[in-house]
Amino acid sequence: MLSEARAVSLREFWLRGRGQANLMIGLAVTLLLIAVAVLSLVWTPYPINAIDIPAKLQPPSAAHWLGTDQFGRDVLSRIMAGARNSIAVSLVAVGIGAGLGVPLGALAAARRGWVEEVVMRFNDFTFAFPALLSAVMITSLFGPGAINAIIAIGIFNIPVFARLTRGAALSLWQRDFVLAARVAGRGRTRITLDHILPNIASLLIVQMTIQFALAILAEAGLSYLGLGTQPPDPSWGKMLNEAQTLMFLAPQLAIFPGLAIMATVLGLNLLGDGLRDLLDPRLRRLR
Amino acid sequence: MAVFFLQRLTTLFITLLVASLLVFLVMEVLPGDPAAVILGVNAREDTLAALRAEMGLDRSAWERYFLWLGGLLTGDLGRSYTYGVTVWELVAERIGLSLPLALMAIVLSTVMAIPLGVLAAARRNKASDVGVMGFTQLGIAIPNFWFAILLILLFAVHWQILPAGGFAGWDAGFWPALKTLLLPAVALALPQAAILARVTRSSVLETLGEDYVRTARAKGLTRRAALWRHAVRNALIPVVTIMGLQFSFLLAGTIIIENVFYLPGLGRLIFQAIAQRDLIVVKDLVILLAASVVVVNFLVDLLYAVLDPRLRGGGHAL
Amino acid sequence: MKKLVASPLASAALAAGLALGLVAPALVTPALAAKDSLTLAMPLEPPHLDPTAGAAAAIDEVVYANIFEGLTRIDSSGAVKPALAESWTVSGDGLTYTFKLQSGVTFHDGSGFDSADVKFSFDRAMAEDSVNAQKGLFDSIAAVEVPDAGTVVVTLKQPAGNLLFNLGWGDAVIVAPETAAENKNNPVGTGPFVFGRWVKGDRVEMVRNENYWGEPAKLAKATIKIIPDPAAATAAMLAGDIDAYANFPAPEAMAQFEADPRFKVVIGSTEGETILAINNTRGPLSDIRVRRALAHAVDRQAVIDGAMFGYGTPIGTHFAPHHPAYVDLTGSYPYDPEKAKALLAEAGHGDGLTLSLKLPPPSYARRGGEIIAAQLAQVGVEAKISQVEWPGWLEQVFKGTDYDLTIVSHTEPMDIGIYGRDTYYFNYQDADFKALMTKLNTTVDETARYGLLGDAQKKLSADSVNVFLFQLAKHGVWNKDVVGLWENSPVQANDLTAVYWN
Repeated sequence: MLSEARAVSLREFWLRGRGQANLMIGLAVTLLLIAVAVLSLVWTPYPINAIDIPAKLQPPSAAHWLGTDQFGRDVLSRIMAGARNSIAVSLVAVGIGAGLGVPLGALAAARRGWVEEVVMRFNDFTFAFPALLSAVMITSLFGPGAINAIIAIGIFNIPVFARLTRGAALSLWQRDFVLAARVAGRGRTRITLDHILPNIASLLIVQMTIQFALAILAEAGLSYLGLGTQPPDPSWGKMLNEAQTLMFLAPQLAIFPGLAIMATVLGLNLLGDGLRDLLDPRLRRLR
Repeated sequence: MAVFFLQRLTTLFITLLVASLLVFLVMEVLPGDPAAVILGVNAREDTLAALRAEMGLDRSAWERYFLWLGGLLTGDLGRSYTYGVTVWELVAERIGLSLPLALMAIVLSTVMAIPLGVLAAARRNKASDVGVMGFTQLGIAIPNFWFAILLILLFAVHWQILPAGGFAGWDAGFWPALKTLLLPAVALALPQAAILARVTRSSVLETLGEDYVRTARAKGLTRRAALWRHAVRNALIPVVTIMGLQFSFLLAGTIIIENVFYLPGLGRLIFQAIAQRDLIVVKDLVILLAASVVVVNFLVDLLYAVLDPRLRGGGHAL
Repeated sequence: MKKLVASPLASAALAAGLALGLVAPALVTPALAAKDSLTLAMPLEPPHLDPTAGAAAAIDEVVYANIFEGLTRIDSSGAVKPALAESWTVSGDGLTYTFKLQSGVTFHDGSGFDSADVKFSFDRAMAEDSVNAQKGLFDSIAAVEVPDAGTVVVTLKQPAGNLLFNLGWGDAVIVAPETAAENKNNPVGTGPFVFGRWVKGDRVEMVRNENYWGEPAKLAKATIKIIPDPAAATAAMLAGDIDAYANFPAPEAMAQFEADPRFKVVIGSTEGETILAINNTRGPLSDIRVRRALAHAVDRQAVIDGAMFGYGTPIGTHFAPHHPAYVDLTGSYPYDPEKAKALLAEAGHGDGLTLSLKLPPPSYARRGGEIIAAQLAQVGVEAKISQVEWPGWLEQVFKGTDYDLTIVSHTEPMDIGIYGRDTYYFNYQDADFKALMTKLNTTVDETARYGLLGDAQKKLSADSVNVFLFQLAKHGVWNKDVVGLWENSPVQANDLTAVYWN
C-alpha cells in the first residue's frame, strides 16, 4: 500500500505535483496563511488591540477594509493575528497527537500482545467520548485558555495517529525486507526506526495535514464557546462568538472570520488530498 | 462466535467501568462547589453544609462513587442538583429535541449526499463530478457553527421567515416545532452530507470496478441499471456504517449548534450542567453517551463479524 | 365566534355563561375586549421555582409577587408595602413586631392561609438544615409566635431597622407546609397568579388566580419566555412573538427599538453597582498609590460607551446614585493616565506591573474587562484576562480570594455593609469603616443615618478600595400598549400584578 521509495526529492515533487489543481490551490492557500501569520508578527494595518470606542462597528471602508468590531478594533488586523493564533494552536496540538500517537502505534505494531491490547483499548476508550464534550470538560477542569485548548485537541489526535501508524506498520512487518532485517538479527526498535517509520512517513504527512485542518476547526469551536484563546488575543472562533450578539447591528462581523476559517481549512484539505494523490498512487485510482 | 461475542461484551463493560471512574474523578477535582453555585454569595457556611448534606455530598468520595455506580446499574440516575427532578426526566425532556434533530439532520444529509455521491461516481472526472467534489470540499471546510450563523443572518435577520433560535416545543404543534428545528438541522446536515457524499462516491467507484458489476454489464444490463442495481446497493454498506457513526456523533456532538440556536437539547444540557456544577447530570450524561457510542461500535463489530467471518479471530474490527 | 356574539340571543347566553364562570375569556372577540394575556421574556431560565431554596435571580423574576407573597412586599419604588400582613405594630424597644394577617387568603391548592403557615415558613428558613440562600435575613429573629390564627409575633435579639424590608425579599415568602417540598417544580403560593406549567428550556405559564384575596390581576394569562440570545430576542420582539423584555440582555439593541414606534424603551435603574474589584491585601495592590493609579487609569465613560453602549451612570463609590443618601464622588479620581503612571512610578512600579483580571460571564464583565485591560495597558499595567464561569468565580475569587482584579456587579440593595465584613473577597479590613457600620446599625434617625452613609461612601472612595465603575441600567423594552411594568429594578422581579393592555 505504500511506495517503498524513500524521500521524494523536492524537484521531482514539483515536477509531479505542479499539474495537480488540488495540490497547487491547497499549497497556495496554506502558504498565504503562513505568510499572513508571519506578517502579522511585524505589521498589521492597525495595532490589533487598539480600542477606539467612537469608531466601533463601522462597515468596511477605505480606512478599515473589513470594518471595525464592537470596540472599534480593526477587523482585518485581528483576522491577520487570528491566523497566527490558529496556526500556533493547531500546530502544537497536531504535534502532541503525532508525537505521542506515532510511537504508541509503532510500539503496538512492534510488540503485539498485551502492549498492543492496552494501546488499542486506550484508543477505543478515547473514541468512546464525544471529543468536544471531553474538550469542554478539560477546559472546565484546568480553566479556559489557549494552552488547555491545545492539550484538549492534542489528546484527541493521539488515537488517530496511533491507529493509523499501527495499521500501516502491521502490514509492513509482514513484508520481505522487514523479515530479512529480523533474520539478520536487528532489534525491533532498530527496524522500526530504519524501515517502518520512513515507509509510513508520507502517510503520516497526509494525515497531519488533515488533522491540522480539523484542529483549526476545533480551536475555532472551542473559542466560540469561550473555552479557547482568551481576550484580548484575537481568535477567529471568538470573533464569531462576539459577532453573534451584534448580528442586527453589524452583520458583516459574522462574515469575515468565518471566511478565514473556511479558506484555511479548505486549503489544508486540498493540500492533504493533493499530497495523498502524489505520494500514494494506489488511492489515486479511486479519486 | 460465542467466544467473540463474550470477549467484545467484556471489553464493553470494562471500557464503561473505566469511563465511569474517570468521569467521577474529573468531576471530583472540578473546582466549584455545587451548593455554593445554588445558594450564591450571601449563603452562610451552615446553609451550604445543610445543602451539601441534602445532596449527599457530605459522604466520602468512594461511598459516593459506589452509590452512583449502583444507581447506574439499577437504572437510578439520581436527582439533578439544580433542577430538583430526576435525571431521567431531564433526559426524557431533552431527547425530545435532540433525537428528532439528529434524525432530521441524518435524513437531510442522506437525501443530499447519496444522489450527489452516486452522480459524481457515475460521471467521474466530468464537470458534474468536479462540481460535486468542490461542493463537498466546501462543506467539509465550513465550520458548522459559522454556517449556522450565516443561516440565521439570512433567514432570521434578513428575511425574517424563520426564528433565530429557541425551540417552540412539540406541544406548540408539529409544524411550529419543526420550523424551529429546520435551520439547526440544515447546519448540522451540510458537513455530514459532504463527508457522506465523498464516502458514497469512492465506495461506488470501488464497486464499479468489481467483477460482478462487470459481469452484469456483460450480461447486457445498461450502465444505469448496473450502477443502481449492483454498484450502489453494494456500496451502501460502508455508507450505512458511516451514517451510524454520524448519528451517535449528532446526538452528543451538537453542543455548539445547540448553543448557536439556544436549543434545550442534550448537548446544551451537559454544557450548562458543567457550568452550574450539576455534577450528577454531567456524570450520568457522559456515561450514557459513552455507552451509546460503545454499544453502537459493539453492534457494528458484530455486524462485521456476521458479514465477514474472517474477523471473528478477535482482531480489532474498527 | 363573531357570529355568535353578533346575535343578541347568543350574547345573552354568553353573558350568562360568563356570569357562571363557564366561558373562557378566549370567547370574547379581540375587537370587543382589550388583550389580556402577556408574553414577557427574560434571559436566564430559573433552575427551579422555589425562591426559598436558591439564590438565582431568575427564580424571583418569575415567582416574586406573582405566585408567592411574603408578609411585606417591595414595590416598584423600592418601598415596603403590606402584603400578607395587613398591618403591623412595633414595640417601643424595637424588639417585638406584631403582624396582623389578611383574612380570607387561600393557597392556590385551596387550603387556607393562617399564622401557622407564617411560623412554618420562618422556622423552616431559620432551621439548622435550612437551605435558604439568604438565611442571614432572619438572623435578628429570636422567636416567631402565633397567639391566634390571624396574628404573628416576631421577637428580635436586637433591634433591626431593616426587618420589614428583609421580610419583603423573595427568600422570605410564605409557603404551605403541605406543598413546600414540591415548590421547586410545582410552586403553590398565595399570589394573584397560579402556576400553570413550565416547559423547560422555553417558558413558564401562569393564569390569573380567580380566588385572589386582594385586587385580582388584570391579565388572565402570563407567559414568561426564556430567550438568552440577544439576536433571537431582537427577532422575537420585532416579530411580535413577545410583548415585553423587562431587562434586555444586549444594550446595543436598544437604539433599534427606540426608532420603532411600536415599542417603548425604558432605561431604568437597578441596584447593581458595577465595580472593578481589587484584592486589597495582594502584593502591590495593598499600596493605596497603586489602587489610586488604577482608578485614574480607567476611563469610566469609555467603559460605559463601549461595554454598555452608553447606558449606565458613572459612580465614584459603592452606592446607588438614585438613593437620597448618595454622594457624588465620581470626580475623586478623574481619568488621567499621566497621573496614574506617576503614582505607579512612585510606588516603585514604573517599569510595569502584571495583574490577573478574572471575568465572570455577564457581558458587562467580559466586554468591560477587555476595555479596562486596554486602558490599563496604557499606563503600563498588564492585566491578564481569564474568563471564568460562575462556579469558578465563586470558588477562586469570592471564596478563595485568589485574584488581583475582577469585574462584578453587586446587585443587592443597600449593600455598602459588605465592606465592613470580617471576611469578604476584597480583603478590605479597616477599623474605622467597621466602626462606621456599627454606628449606622444602631442609629435610627434618618438624617443621622444619611450622614453616616455619606461618610462611609467618602471613606471607600478615599481608600480607593475598588475602582467604582457604573450603576447597571435596566434596559426595558415593551409594546407601547403595555402598562404597569416596573421601570426600575429595586429588587429582581417581574411584578405583573398591575400590568394591563391599553
